[in-house]
Amino acid sequence: MIYTLQQALNALQLGSLYALIALGYTMVYGVLTMINFAHGDVFMVGAFVACLTARHLGLPFVPVLLIAMAATALLGASLERVAYRPLRNAPKMSSVITALGCGLVLENVTLWKYPYPQTFPPLLANRGFHFAGLFVSSVQILIVGIAAALMVGLDLLVRRSKWGLAMRAVSWDRAIVPLMGVPVDRVISVTFAIGAALGGAAGVLYGVAYPVIDPSMGVLVGWKAFISAVVGGIGNLRGAMLGGFILGGLEVMVAAFLPSTYRDFVAFTLLLVLLVVRPHGLLGRPIPQKV
Amino acid sequence: MNRRHLTLALTLSLTTLLGTAACGKKQAVPDIKIGLIAELSGDIPAVGASCKNAAEMAVAEINLEGGVTVAGQKHGLRLVVDDSAAKADQAASAAQKLITQDEVLAVVGPNASLGAIPAAQIAEQASVLLITPWSTNPKTTLDATTNQPKKWVFRACFNDLFQGTVLAKFAVDYMHKHKAAVLYDVSSEAPKGQAELFKKDFEANGGTVVAFETYTTGDRDFTAQLTKIKAAGPELVFLPAYYTDVPLQMQQAHRLGLDVPFLGSDTWSSPELIKLAGADAEGAFFSNHYSASAKNEITGTFVVSYKKRYGQEPDDVAALTYDAFRLLQKALNNATALDRAAVRNAFAKISDYTGVTGKMTFKPGSGDPVKSAVMMKISGGKFTWVTNVDPD
Repeated sequence: MIYTLQQALNALQLGSLYALIALGYTMVYGVLTMINFAHGDVFMVGAFVACLTARHLGLPFVPVLLIAMAATALLGASLERVAYRPLRNAPKMSSVITALGCGLVLENVTLWKYPYPQTFPPLLANRGFHFAGLFVSSVQILIVGIAAALMVGLDLLVRRSKWGLAMRAVSWDRAIVPLMGVPVDRVISVTFAIGAALGGAAGVLYGVAYPVIDPSMGVLVGWKAFISAVVGGIGNLRGAMLGGFILGGLEVMVAAFLPSTYRDFVAFTLLLVLLVVRPHGLLGRPIPQKV
Repeated sequence: MNRRHLTLALTLSLTTLLGTAACGKKQAVPDIKIGLIAELSGDIPAVGASCKNAAEMAVAEINLEGGVTVAGQKHGLRLVVDDSAAKADQAASAAQKLITQDEVLAVVGPNASLGAIPAAQIAEQASVLLITPWSTNPKTTLDATTNQPKKWVFRACFNDLFQGTVLAKFAVDYMHKHKAAVLYDVSSEAPKGQAELFKKDFEANGGTVVAFETYTTGDRDFTAQLTKIKAAGPELVFLPAYYTDVPLQMQQAHRLGLDVPFLGSDTWSSPELIKLAGADAEGAFFSNHYSASAKNEITGTFVVSYKKRYGQEPDDVAALTYDAFRLLQKALNNATALDRAAVRNAFAKISDYTGVTGKMTFKPGSGDPVKSAVMMKISGGKFTWVTNVDPD
């Protein structure tokens, strides 16, 4: 029982990171029905920005997190402005391939400056607590806490604020909304910025959790977060969060109770079965094709 | 008129220049091209950098000493470097390119077994001598279908059949541990082979492996496996993994309250490991190919000149690459003709050689040298020598 709870804690940490990154994919898909494959690399840039500001400016955790989020927000919005906006009316495939290309550019620029894996500075003192037989570390609590706070914040923003209303409107019908006076371009930019900032925050938390970072760190994690978003129902925010926790939970629990060699095989087979049963993801709704 | 004269004069002088240049080239003996496949980009760039550094140093030294004498004719050596990105497919295409396009006489590298195995297969099929400095997986020098030694593939290091016994004996006899856990990358050849061979030898020495866990390349979260390992109650954790994974594994183990000694293999040997792992690596043991502090003339000279050239201590990849080039030099000097077969035959005839990494003996018909291993300990932020383990 203790063992299961201990593994559940591990799953919670991994799942909250996947969930945070998955939000970036799902938000962009929500407003543009486009998959931003550069998002995994935006996440990597977030980790590197945090690593460098902490190392060279010696800042503590909170300013580092805010700077990394601001930097990735700017990066996300600029990617949209420079690379995706000119292609908004082009076939979907063009922007998806452009996104893959943008990701490669980010990866290789970082690789060129930092060819070696870097140590992420210890921003937080790590202390372990024994709690009812469980071993909990302060880093674990903090990662789960910050990720949860960011997710709740986003949920409130989208459901309660005027900008959130505008985002939902754009995602509802991008052709009609400008007629109501909604500045579509600005809403899309803001969506990209928020999604990227969450990815950047995930990068910082990831660096704290797994303090060896390298330019290709975003590839595998990015794919897994994308899968989380699809499983939860791409375009749906709560779905992305749910999907992240499901994938994290599956990965940890399969490794915990079956031989760990089966981890990816079992985890992804289960996800495939889920998609066969619910092709639009857990919380996704089928979108009727307009003719 | 004036202009035409000028053009004529220019053309004439250019032709003369070109002519002399061409003549100059014709008279000099062409350099011998040696291919080098290194992990310059990808997951383990420090391995590729060490390999390339040592190769460049070895070639510069050999050329300074007057090059090699093949069948009475003196030649310089020239390196053609290609990147394997520490990936199997890129290592194979690098080998293909060096052999067919660059037409190198012999190939040195790749180092990581996952790239060395396919590259060795290509060299074997193309009948080109390939020497891998660092690939320890038995499959590198063995033919996949017949399980017989490959004809064209050699290595400068011991293989994992030996390394497995060294580590198992060390764990039982020196560390006095009888319950071990293993965590390894199931998608990488060297770590996978080492994990399996260690398990076999450790159990043969009277130990039990209480947990045998895996992950795949690129994973950064090992908490599920480590929690499982902790629950199994080992006295020792064996982590055969490259320097990018090991620091995270050590740190996560400590965060989960798993405080038992770590044991590693030669995959640890890059100084980057200490830089990335910091205090978490203190007190861990691993097997290695040589110790930079060994007190003998060949090693000493190599370490001093490498440090002078690159400002850092050479790791085992550097030392083995250097030995591979010195072995190749010996083969070239003994070759009866300047072709791939003659060089391979001369290499196969080398039986004893003492290099930076110690004494090696090649048995006839085998590409694997018999040589000693070194056990190292990480203490005070440094690799320190513990003991030498000789083959039986």
